[in-house]
Amino acid sequence: MPDATVILDATAIQRALTRIAHEIAERNERSADVALVGIPVGGDHLAARLAKILSGIWNHPVPVGILDTSMHRDDLDQRIAPTVHPTEIPFDVNGKTIVLVDDVLFSGRTTRAAMDALNDFGRPKKIQLAVLVDRGHRELPIKADFIGKNVPTALDEKISLLLTESGAAADQVILKKK
Amino acid sequence: MSWTKKHLLDIESLTAEEITTVLDTARSFKAVGERAIKKVPALRGKTVVNLFVEPSTRTRISFELAAQRLSADIVNFSAEASSFKKGETLKDTALNLQALNADFIIIRHSASGAPHFLSRVLNAHVINAGDGAHEHPTQALLDAFTIRERKGKIAGLNVTILGDILYSRVARSDIWALTKLGAKVTLCGPATLVPKTFEKMGCRVTHDVDEAIRDADVINLLRIQHERQRATMFPSIGEYTQLFGLNKARFAKTKPDALIMHPGPINRGVEIDSEIADCGRSVILEQVTNGLAVRMAVLFLVNGGKTPVETA
Repeated sequence: MPDATVILDATAIQRALTRIAHEIAERNERSADVALVGIPVGGDHLAARLAKILSGIWNHPVPVGILDTSMHRDDLDQRIAPTVHPTEIPFDVNGKTIVLVDDVLFSGRTTRAAMDALNDFGRPKKIQLAVLVDRGHRELPIKADFIGKNVPTALDEKISLLLTESGAAADQVILKKK
Repeated sequence: MSWTKKHLLDIESLTAEEITTVLDTARSFKAVGERAIKKVPALRGKTVVNLFVEPSTRTRISFELAAQRLSADIVNFSAEASSFKKGETLKDTALNLQALNADFIIIRHSASGAPHFLSRVLNAHVINAGDGAHEHPTQALLDAFTIRERKGKIAGLNVTILGDILYSRVARSDIWALTKLGAKVTLCGPATLVPKTFEKMGCRVTHDVDEAIRDADVINLLRIQHERQRATMFPSIGEYTQLFGLNKARFAKTKPDALIMHPGPINRGVEIDSEIADCGRSVILEQVTNGLAVRMAVLFLVNGGKTPVETA
């Protein structure tokens, strides 16, 4: 891999998720209202991990869903049609506080699409956003509530999250030149 | 993802990977149809024209709903109520529709190759909804989707297509799709309607119906296409039913888990016994449900451009 830098290793990822879980717990006093929704690919596994840590903090299970955003993207006729992943929201989103979980926050367009997609399932009381990495370069007025790590990047760089759930040997976040 | 085609004209020119991409995408669109809100904004602002020069109910309605569920605007155009009656050519009609900024033209035509012709003269995306006896690609895709969903796979399955093969665009598209995905396809029917030349497409031809259905994992029944046929192809409908119809005695000899499929419209008591059409192994109505999901997937995929997706 040319010019690949490890930004977060397995320990750092775990530490960041633990901190984010505590911040979510601190921000949301009514723990029974909180549900996590991960955005594939990457955010779905992170949401499952966060839910596990949070259920340890709150001593009750935390609902987790998966939300595919590809049908709500705003660039569908400009690029090759994206892979559509399954969406599973196994709970009623009405009145809930939904924490959207994504691996990398970049332009903000995925988050915008996710908020639209979520509306098809009901009207959450609040939507919050948790990301493992915020790499900047926003194109929309969107800001994360919970951030694992801020990473200043150049536009020609790419950030990838590798997780053991997706078959990687070890958890890693990697930055490389395109 | 591996879909970079601008049109869907036939199955023959698709790769196994492209077919699988449509089936995988359709799975997610089927799930959308089961939600309380069945509509997504993927094609918002786009205009779809159903250009049906040959009559059709189920395919036209299926495409119409597919476009609506993707938030596109759709116009239906039928030959009876059009300027075709006044002598306008297909090309001029299509160019007029394009002049109204139609983004997608879905065409059904009695002439084989009509969609390919339109794809050469139009900038819009062209989708073949059946051209003559040539191909009916979305029917083959929904058949493959239904088989894969029910059987968990397609490779290695014995699929028997029974009936009027010669005049059937469904048969041709099915043969291409299923053989590309690794199924073993057997064709069966009267010798006049199932010529041996079909073996060149990579399938087996037999005129012995009992042998054809005995080891089949899937039995796909096709309607006798009266509208395309000359009277001399076989003696009578009654004789066809007796020799090739799926009746209870023949059904009893099929594999206990063999799926019964039919692209519709079914002629009860001709190619299929009425009770068999309604039995638990018949997936005829599932095919209709899956057809909607597959057509949404096709519209979604051909809408895409050429550059790769940037995530995040």
